[in-house]
Amino acid sequence: MSATSGTAGAAGTAVTAGTAPRRRASLARLGRLLAPVLLGVAVLVAWQALVVGADLPPYLLPSPTAIAEQLREVVPLVWSAALATGANVLVGLLVGAATAVLAAVVAARSRMVDGLLSPTAAAVSVMPIVALAPALNTLFGTTSTTPRRLVVAVVVFAPVFVTTLRGLRQVQPVHRDLMRAYAATGAQTTRTVTIPGALPYLFTGLRIASSTGVIAAVVAEYFGGLQNGLGSRITSAAANSAYARAWAFVLGAIVLGLVFYLATAAVERVVARRHGTVPDVT
Amino acid sequence: MSDARTALDEQDAPAPVAVPASTVTAVPDGPAGPATAVDVRGVSKVFTTKAGTVTALDDVHLRIAAGEFVSLIGPSGCGKSTLLRLVADLDEPSSGEIEVFGRSPRVAREAQDYGIAFQQAGLLPWRTVAANVELPLELHGVGRRERAARAADLLALVGLTDFARHFPHQLSGGMQQRVAIARSLAERPSLLLMDEPFGALDEMTRERMQTELVRLCAETGAAVVFVTHSIPEAVFLSQRVVVMSPRPGRITQVVPVDLARTAERTDDLREDAAFFAAVTAVREALHGGTPATARGVDVR
Repeated sequence: MSATSGTAGAAGTAVTAGTAPRRRASLARLGRLLAPVLLGVAVLVAWQALVVGADLPPYLLPSPTAIAEQLREVVPLVWSAALATGANVLVGLLVGAATAVLAAVVAARSRMVDGLLSPTAAAVSVMPIVALAPALNTLFGTTSTTPRRLVVAVVVFAPVFVTTLRGLRQVQPVHRDLMRAYAATGAQTTRTVTIPGALPYLFTGLRIASSTGVIAAVVAEYFGGLQNGLGSRITSAAANSAYARAWAFVLGAIVLGLVFYLATAAVERVVARRHGTVPDVT
Repeated sequence: MSDARTALDEQDAPAPVAVPASTVTAVPDGPAGPATAVDVRGVSKVFTTKAGTVTALDDVHLRIAAGEFVSLIGPSGCGKSTLLRLVADLDEPSSGEIEVFGRSPRVAREAQDYGIAFQQAGLLPWRTVAANVELPLELHGVGRRERAARAADLLALVGLTDFARHFPHQLSGGMQQRVAIARSLAERPSLLLMDEPFGALDEMTRERMQTELVRLCAETGAAVVFVTHSIPEAVFLSQRVVVMSPRPGRITQVVPVDLARTAERTDDLREDAAFFAAVTAVREALHGGTPATARGVDVR
């Protein structure tokens, strides 16, 4: 009885939250979306005015219109380069995240393994890509995508490991008591409480790792090897003094980074919503 | 599975283990027979911390009959929650003995003799309401179809059938607590351990939940150990109220509540003279049995 009155009440408030406030809410939302777009347009106009007005040489800063022109010419090339780099990011992200999650599960169960892995993760997280990429290139040969994917995996490992381990340690005392009261085995507790509870943390780590993963994949291409990715295209365009073209590829890299970021942020949101907590998207 | 548990399978059938209220009061003084749900003998619990040792419980004796509703009441730090946790085998006593249906708390826990509910509902937020109720059954290998049927029955029992597919965060605090209670009944326990399950609820929700709990207990015939801070709550629900005092945690008095049989208690009882008399009796026991000083003290 009380349950039905509960639904009726909830439904009532939902319905009475009528049209006027909703219109105001959608207006506010439109404004929120519009503001960054307007800012972007303003920046582009100022940029164009600066380049034309001060007559800047293209090697210093090409104008937005020049970049747009180049982009129109090389769009298929930007697309294929973004696909090649994107594949590296995706594979590296999955491999790095899977390794990190496995390591975190083991570390959460054993204090000794934690003592071994946590300092290692800290060391891995400060490993410079610029040093790692050439070394891996020599190791795997310059015709392989493996070194680039490994660089991404290495960069992804640390944030995912740290956040997942933290999530695995967040088991509420009341849940621990309940599982003991149910005489649940360690494996049952891990499967039903610990791992699902750590999922929002894992996806937060993945969101953080995704943008650094894209940067790592692009930078890893600066050190020779296959010439099919965005990073290689940027360096070769710049080497040929085609600065506007280099910027067109940079634009492609930005879009690629945004795609990975938004995709992981969306997954994070879905998981968090299932858990009844909406994440602070930063 | 003991006979007592199978007898509880049908909620609407009269539960043979439920001892009539008239005989319940006699049981605490009688010998430990098969009708004893919980037997606590000379139990002490000492916690050792960096700051020193704290005696949470000191030489506690308590016997609770099958089907009996007993509340533990007392100020913070009197060890009432500790006592409940010892019975549940979530902690171990420093000395003394506890038996739950004639066996050790550990064996009783592993056999799922009791259901438990805490002040926090403790639902798993990523599981639907129905999946939360099914959790203990799932852990103990009950088949999918049987689980679903049992969860549906239990949700009907607590009036949440329409919310089976909701997630906990979509529910109010009172509704979440009802789910937790449904979950505690999943294994058809003959003993319910409840640690301030309504402590975080507002007064109106709380009274409604109390009335529902009285009905549920009548339907299941389970014995209940109910920890609370609230005198009216203890009186409304219980056949006996165990009054405890802190530092060290001791039982100072056991107040029998001679009201209607628990099953027949309704909201009208809250305005009954006998109810107020029982509230006064518990309050006086809590404040050291001096009526003059107890007057005017917050009843809650």
